[in-house]
Amino acid sequence: MSLIRYQSPEVAWPALGRLSNLRDELDSLFELPFLSNFASQTQLFNGWTPALDLYQSNDNVTAVVELPGMRKEDIDISLHDGTLTISGERKHEVGDEKAERSERYVGKFRRSITLPTRVDTSKVNATYKDGVLTVTLPKAEEAKPRQIQVNVA
Amino acid sequence: MNTTVRENRNGERAQREQFVAPSSSVLEDNDGYTLQVEMPGVNKEGLEISVENNELTILGHRSLPAVEGTLIHRESRSNDFRRTFELDPSIDAGKISAKVEQGVVTLTLPKAEQVKPRKITVS
Repeated sequence: MSLIRYQSPEVAWPALGRLSNLRDELDSLFELPFLSNFASQTQLFNGWTPALDLYQSNDNVTAVVELPGMRKEDIDISLHDGTLTISGERKHEVGDEKAERSERYVGKFRRSITLPTRVDTSKVNATYKDGVLTVTLPKAEEAKPRQIQVNVA
Repeated sequence: MNTTVRENRNGERAQREQFVAPSSSVLEDNDGYTLQVEMPGVNKEGLEISVENNELTILGHRSLPAVEGTLIHRESRSNDFRRTFELDPSIDAGKISAKVEQGVVTLTLPKAEQVKPRKITVS
């Protein structure tokens, strides 16, 4: 799966401010309650795609994933060939089978993202708090930006 | 469908620009309803639950972990969560309780004693 880098519309299209308004309109349309049933039905085919944010600093690449209501042991993080994969399964909770109406996804999910730089795989650290998973991946030494001193001859 | 913990669409419409409507599920049993709302990044401090005119409003402020560096890819929304539900008259509004665990808010809405099904023994 390839991911397209996010660009905020304001930055990408400075002259087309109205386009971002239209986009916001469409976004809010999808948040309307009558569409939420439809959204949960399409999940049957698409599975669950948790929102993933990626940050980059001089030392780290950090992935932040929204995974509400998981158990720590049901989250699986792996790194292979510069691709970070976060997968897992949300299990049925007791009583879920008699849900009158449910928009919450139950089952397996998998997200992969290609990391922008090489990372030190031995120092990867992950925390799970308030339903948000934060994976901190320290950059490999050779990928860190380096200041080069200019010597005056 | 006898959805008694019904959503209030009008309340939602007025606020939809500033808020994200969270996914939720409703379970019913003899004792009451259980409402689960997904609010990743929301903890106990950021949660505001109110009942007014038989309407239950859940508002969640996200307290996302501070991450150093620049954002290079984004899918999440930073807006607060908000959703309004209309309560069935059988719910005892004074006995609603809530807890939040790993970004999932669970509300227990017990039915009032007089509407619970009961068996009457024949003497």
